[in-house]
Amino acid sequence: MAFYVVQFLTGLASAASLFLVASGLSIIFGVTRIVNFAHGAFYMIGAYIAFTLTERLSGAFGFWGGIVLAAFAVALIGVIVEMVLLRRIYHAPELFQLLATFGLTLMVEDLVVLIWGPDDLVGRRAPGFRGAIDFFGQNIPSYDLFLIVLGPVVLGILWLLFQRTRWGVLVRAATQDRDMVAALGVNQKWLFTSVFAVGVFLAALGGALQIPRDAVHHAMDLRIIVEVFVVVVIGGLGSIVGAFVAAVLVSELNAFGILIFPKISIILVFLVMAVVLIVRPWGLFGKPEAAARKTPGLTVNPWRPLTSNERLMALAALIVAAMLPLFAGNYLLTVGSEIAIFVIFAVSLHFLMSVGGLASFGHAAYFGLGAYGIAFLAKMAGLPMIVCLLLGPLLGCMGAAVFGFFAVQLSGVYFAMLTLAFAQIVWSIAFQWVNVTGGDNGILGLWPSSWAASPSRFYWLSLGVAALVTVALRAMVFSPFGYALRATRDSGLRSEAIGIDAKRIQWTAFVIAGTTAGIGGALFAYLKGSVFPDNLGISLSVDALVMVLLGGVETVSGAVIGAIVYKALNIWLVSQTDLSKLVLGGFIMLIVVVFPKGIVGTLEMLAQRRKKASPPGSPLLAKPIESAE
Amino acid sequence: MKLTVQDLNSHYGPAHILFDIGFEVGEGEVVALLGRNGAGKSTTFRSIVGLVAQRSGRITFEGKDVSTKPTHEIVREGLGYVPEERRIFTDLTVEENLEVGRQPKRPNAPHWTREKLFALFPNLGEMKNRPGGRMSGGEQQMLTIARTLMGNPSLVLLDEPSEGLSPKIVEQMVDAILTMKKEGVSIVVSEQNLHFARLISDRAYIIERGRICFGGTMAELDARPDIRDAHLSL
Repeated sequence: MAFYVVQFLTGLASAASLFLVASGLSIIFGVTRIVNFAHGAFYMIGAYIAFTLTERLSGAFGFWGGIVLAAFAVALIGVIVEMVLLRRIYHAPELFQLLATFGLTLMVEDLVVLIWGPDDLVGRRAPGFRGAIDFFGQNIPSYDLFLIVLGPVVLGILWLLFQRTRWGVLVRAATQDRDMVAALGVNQKWLFTSVFAVGVFLAALGGALQIPRDAVHHAMDLRIIVEVFVVVVIGGLGSIVGAFVAAVLVSELNAFGILIFPKISIILVFLVMAVVLIVRPWGLFGKPEAAARKTPGLTVNPWRPLTSNERLMALAALIVAAMLPLFAGNYLLTVGSEIAIFVIFAVSLHFLMSVGGLASFGHAAYFGLGAYGIAFLAKMAGLPMIVCLLLGPLLGCMGAAVFGFFAVQLSGVYFAMLTLAFAQIVWSIAFQWVNVTGGDNGILGLWPSSWAASPSRFYWLSLGVAALVTVALRAMVFSPFGYALRATRDSGLRSEAIGIDAKRIQWTAFVIAGTTAGIGGALFAYLKGSVFPDNLGISLSVDALVMVLLGGVETVSGAVIGAIVYKALNIWLVSQTDLSKLVLGGFIMLIVVVFPKGIVGTLEMLAQRRKKASPPGSPLLAKPIESAE
Repeated sequence: MKLTVQDLNSHYGPAHILFDIGFEVGEGEVVALLGRNGAGKSTTFRSIVGLVAQRSGRITFEGKDVSTKPTHEIVREGLGYVPEERRIFTDLTVEENLEVGRQPKRPNAPHWTREKLFALFPNLGEMKNRPGGRMSGGEQQMLTIARTLMGNPSLVLLDEPSEGLSPKIVEQMVDAILTMKKEGVSIVVSEQNLHFARLISDRAYIIERGRICFGGTMAELDARPDIRDAHLSL
């Protein structure tokens, strides 16, 4: 019995940091409507700076002073980020904001390694809380007890701040209606900056307070951000009490999940999240969003099928691509195959995102599932390649069917967070369930049959499948199903009113996109000869998003160009520099701020300008979308 | 002149909504902006306070050009705005809603306090701690006006204050607007209801499809039933 009590208390102690970070995310989202992906990065910088300060400053004051100073320092960094980056993108679609802050996260990951090195850093113990308390033969670290008290204290302070100060009243008002607050004479800019500073302060404090408990390392940002997303989805984005309750719930599920499913404890959290989403899609303490802004959509540019001339040009491009083996060496052909595979992946996400209006932040899950599907079939069942290629993507299809069912219940940022959390769960299973998946070591030795073994044949196979998939998905855009999907994207209510079952249509689109991604993953497994948990990791999901965005979300086939340019650039970059995340992160932020329409979108815009004088005041970056009265 | 609007043009994306709107409001005057649904009344107001991004033209308030300023700066000059949809903060109590609107005293405008506003709208005084979301439409309309008055404006843009209210509340609204006028607040009120406008206004402009097509005193408008029938009646 004592053991369970101790386990319970450990869970409560873990909840404190989680609550701090989640409440910060919630507050920032509430007012600025930005889901700050970089929140995990701020948490991590908080821990690193606190580590340095507590090492340098001596004594008890040095430790606690170092923790608080670190949080303030990071809040200051947050203020700079808000003023330099975020102020430029408040009016951009939410997807762009998520991506910009993700770009920031990538840069921070490389920067902390540059500054603090790649090794885990073990910090000082907290003065006054070094020991442990004996509880019926079990030890409870006294620092845990400190954290258990701290959580509710911070909750209380935040509550007072929001209920009893003018600043708090303004923040709550702005959470509901930013424009109205401005129309009453409040300067939104400073309100946003101060809110961002408070949110970042909380994240950094959460990170700083972890140093006596855990080693500081350069991957702690992704771990916390996924947990935080789960917390805010369960608790309800924008609710501080919700963040607290959900943080405790998730931490306890983790603490006890280890006892029930020692290998795959994260399943328990997933099950609870699924139940909450079915019963209350907006979280335990959240409120249904008023009609969310459309996810993509900077301008209205009607889509049309290709003209016959354009079809001929596409065909010619394909023929040119197919002639690559005539003059390219093996390395270039492998790169070519990889690019073709990523075209499949990007096109599948593009279908979901641009046509369906559902921006998935965890699309790699289905790509990776396709790859693992191949690995299971080929290694365990020993099936031949052609059978594997036909059946392997079914795993991606099944994953998309299960997760998609829950995900399409939500929209906008909730959808993005949920898909990310699902992908991370699949990743954890692949990583932790070593008996089946080989864990970190992956599954090796997957080789194509002889008919596809040579680089040029594999290249033709990849290219052929990529062309087929692109044509099929394009045809679908202009089919009745595509019309229904686009209607659902543009107005859920109106399409339901004319008899379209919106959720079923979106679910179908999700499954189609997931299966297609699975086809890409299946080819990828054969290309690399192995599968690893990274094949379904977050960074791969984001690669896909960047490819779509780079090509242009609003175009019908921008993803093809985006995938080719991005993948080529990426492969080249990795071969040139060790700091590829830093460069890539900067690149992502640049696209979002300067070229929100992507390559194809920008070309289309230029072409249109040539045709007719540009419409009055149509700027590159969208102005807030207003409804005409 | 308190407020002068010249050559105001506004767009929503590709749609051109307002065409060369121009009108004036004198010190302490109540001016009605009349027009049917969709004529452009609300867009005119939203453009004046800078809530429509794509706008051009010249807006002069108390001699200062405010046409390129951001919304909050325009409002802080003393130009209050009461939106048609009321836009009460539903999670906030009556007192908290008023707090959001609070701005410092202004030398050339009447100073409003909570007490004074609760005297003007007695209903609000009885529900100080009620969340905005649990109030009736009439109560919300009073609160949205009171909230704007907390900013001590010298001119208020009132967007369809009588819309959807019961006759009894409309009467209260007329009294409140006349009190505001007596205190020295200049008012521009947009209306579809000519009867309501006549009770409070000195002058009127008629807007139709984004263009001003009449401007004059209420007596002049009454002398031209043809205009009234062409642009206002249903």
